[in-house]
Amino acid sequence: MEVTITINGTEHTHEVEARTLLVHYIREHAGLTGTNIGCDTSSCGACSIHLDGQAAKSCTVLAAQADGSQVRTIEGMADADGTLHPMQQAFMENHGLQCGYCTPGMVMAATSLLDENANPSEEEVRIGLEGNLCRCTGYHNIVKSVLAAASA
Amino acid sequence: MTITEDPTTSSENTVLGTRLLRKEDPALLTGEAVFTNDMKVPGALHLAVLRSPFAHATITSIDTSAAAAMDGVHSVYTGPDLADMWASAMPCAWPVTDDMKNPAHYPLAMSKVAYVGDGVAAVLATSDAIARDALEAIDVEYAALPAVVDVEAALSDDVIIHDELGTNTSYTWPLVIEETEGDCQKAMDTSAHVVKERYVQQRLIPMAMEPRAVVAMPQPFGGDITLYSSTQVPHILKVMTALTLGIPEQQLRVVCPAVGGGFGSKLNVYAEELLCTGLARKLGLPVRWNEERSENAQATIHGRAQIQDIELAADENGKITGLRVRLLGDMGAYLQLVTPGVPLLGAFLYGGVYEIPKAFDFSCTSVFTTMTPTDAYRGAGRPEATYAIEHAMDALARKMDIDPLELRRRNFIQPEQFPYEAYTGLVYDSGDHDKAARVAEDMLDYAAMRAKQAEQNTPDAKKRLGIGVSTYFEMCGLAPSRVLASLNYSAGGWESATVRVLPTSKIQVVTGTAPHGQGHETAWSMIAAEKFGVDPADVDVLHSDTAIAPMGLDTYGSRSLPVGGVAVGMACDKVIEKAKQIAAHQMEANPDDLDFSGGMFSVKGSPDKEMPLAAVAFEAFTAHDLPDGLEPNLEMQVTYDPPNFSWPFGTHMCVVEIDTETGRTEVLQYVAVDDCGNQVNPLIVEGQVHGGVIQGLAQALWEEASYDSDGNLQSSTLAEYLVPAAADVPNIETGESITPSPTNALGVKGVGEAGTIGAAPCVMNAVIDALSGLGVTDIQMPASPMKVWSAIQEAAR
Repeated sequence: MEVTITINGTEHTHEVEARTLLVHYIREHAGLTGTNIGCDTSSCGACSIHLDGQAAKSCTVLAAQADGSQVRTIEGMADADGTLHPMQQAFMENHGLQCGYCTPGMVMAATSLLDENANPSEEEVRIGLEGNLCRCTGYHNIVKSVLAAASA
Repeated sequence: MTITEDPTTSSENTVLGTRLLRKEDPALLTGEAVFTNDMKVPGALHLAVLRSPFAHATITSIDTSAAAAMDGVHSVYTGPDLADMWASAMPCAWPVTDDMKNPAHYPLAMSKVAYVGDGVAAVLATSDAIARDALEAIDVEYAALPAVVDVEAALSDDVIIHDELGTNTSYTWPLVIEETEGDCQKAMDTSAHVVKERYVQQRLIPMAMEPRAVVAMPQPFGGDITLYSSTQVPHILKVMTALTLGIPEQQLRVVCPAVGGGFGSKLNVYAEELLCTGLARKLGLPVRWNEERSENAQATIHGRAQIQDIELAADENGKITGLRVRLLGDMGAYLQLVTPGVPLLGAFLYGGVYEIPKAFDFSCTSVFTTMTPTDAYRGAGRPEATYAIEHAMDALARKMDIDPLELRRRNFIQPEQFPYEAYTGLVYDSGDHDKAARVAEDMLDYAAMRAKQAEQNTPDAKKRLGIGVSTYFEMCGLAPSRVLASLNYSAGGWESATVRVLPTSKIQVVTGTAPHGQGHETAWSMIAAEKFGVDPADVDVLHSDTAIAPMGLDTYGSRSLPVGGVAVGMACDKVIEKAKQIAAHQMEANPDDLDFSGGMFSVKGSPDKEMPLAAVAFEAFTAHDLPDGLEPNLEMQVTYDPPNFSWPFGTHMCVVEIDTETGRTEVLQYVAVDDCGNQVNPLIVEGQVHGGVIQGLAQALWEEASYDSDGNLQSSTLAEYLVPAAADVPNIETGESITPSPTNALGVKGVGEAGTIGAAPCVMNAVIDALSGLGVTDIQMPASPMKVWSAIQEAAR
């Protein structure tokens, strides 16, 4: 079946199997490999993207379900001139990443969190990021990064 | 913090010790970084591995014909099909004893499977999806045999797993240290206090966020092949792959793309790396593979898995008089790269930070079981040992009815005793346990917290407070090669660094370390920048490609800074020394009269005579006017074999609150004081401590790789295996304690595993501290709500 999805402002149209997940569409058909796969139970959130403005785990969405939708991935967060998105900048300034594998999903989820709650408490940040697992940072600096982005 | 006694650099550090933001971050933050499975490889065949659903079985038949006939399937292989591919079985680089039993393990089983996940057949297809679909079309007949999922059952040899061995015991390794034979038993018999404890170090799954992935790419000429792998050990992988495949080592190049965490689980040589390389070579086509998470849980090594029996004897004042440890190690089904050595790495740390007399009796027996092989996982033997001594010390403190911190203080090795030759003969280079403990004490306000606890923990309190203390030594910075020799480890512990100043004045550092989140590009840039007086942005760090960095021993065991980083510093020194010869010659001065500071060579007493490093580099390149006998170019290589292990230490303290009605433990406060000597970049140090602590805390409270009696891994996804999320854990308050190491010129120690080592005992000590007033004597990790609640009920009976 043919699926058309606009990713980071560019329209992509590809022939896919019905079972193709959105994350595979993004990575393999659209060639955008910034979005990562860390699990097979929608537990880890490494695949988090924005689907029509809301954070979604792209492993839990079929590409067909996103037909006609707008998707924003990590590659679409920085400006065209390379200026980092404030969330990306905050992660860098606060050592919110180590190996970087969970980071794209964290940034997408955290950005969406602030869209919904511009001034979260530390507890709200921790609960808001429950769906995004990290094995390197112990979360301390991720939380710090998100709070810093909120107050930027 | 200063680099001591270095005449070629200024004594005021401008870069070292600063919280420099990481060079690695922009590419990772924007999605530009390429992880192995991100690689676009046109024409690649995708490998999928059919894995045994039985823990222990004979393969009676395999029919691959249906799979081979499927559209998009290139070929299908069984173990016997590939028998000629291997020059030897999969490598184990640590034969701990001469009589250690090591069953031959091939990338695909030859006739028998020994764990759920053991590879049985391999499919090559034009896509990952087709390859995986084809797995379901392979027909395997198994004759099931009984599973062995309990180490004590394994020890009994009732069911032999590897017939050719005749036993499930791989080895027994003793370490007895006594002045006179029988001293340890005597201490047990005559001391005022003896605590006898049994602890279970539960099996853990490392769960690095990036599942493993491999791409093997044949090169156009000469039979060369490049192996891209999500690995921590490109150099070791290269040697071992060449040996196992029987191919000339120089034909193999190993490259690590960005690697998404390892924690020891990628310190290995895996079946899929061998299969991809062998098949790519055979077919002349690129072959790639990646694991799904549930596959990772079965097919990537597990950690810990030991039963510890510890007896701690002490005199009437609580001073330790003797220590006896019996360790039963669970190897899993096969010996992977360093599987047998992991329990032994801990053997030297059972004495912890305490003065231990020569009355130490340790023995480890390790057995095979029909479960995923175990191997190094953050700390590799040392968290286990630290847990045992620290949890036993708390048991002793309770027995003697004294404060656990006070008991520890009575046994600390004192600062003036360093360097301290321990009961094991190893020399702890520097330490100040009381200093670290005081910092932690102040941060927690220990006395006030004890008062608060006393007030809260009334007999009918629904929520009880517990305070946990752990004081630890860590033995890392692997390692002095001669010591590794005495342990029968099959490699050395050196590290290589090449530093060159390019003609256009940029600095290139080539390191043999293989970072996967630890920020070596940033940290090694800082070391070189400090030495040369340049901006870290003008230093380029090259790593993780055996064509560019041919020599190294990679990253694990918290070795990269104390061995690799120190080598970088030493290579910088050599370059500066050579540059000085050139500058002196060109300025017609004596090299001894030259100063080097801020990137500038100047002649003492002649302020107008100076020459910048950049000019020296260009002179070295043109070689138009060099001193007689001096070779052109500014490039020096150092291979540094550390004279000692690295001995970071620290004190962790935490406060937990346990809901006695639900058994739920909440960590209210966590204080970590980790002394890793001089800190190159405190930002990176803190990050390592944070991550390490949460992994140790997670072992204490949630994680366990659980198997049913048939040997099925029941916690094979992140939905069942409880890696904590942000909402589950507290902030980590990190405290400062800096005791420079005298072992190396930078005064640094490793820190990657220290957090994990301190955390599990700290949290469990807090849990028991909360509940001992109810009569609970101990709970085995993980202290799940069910286990806590059950222990409370049991104690009440």
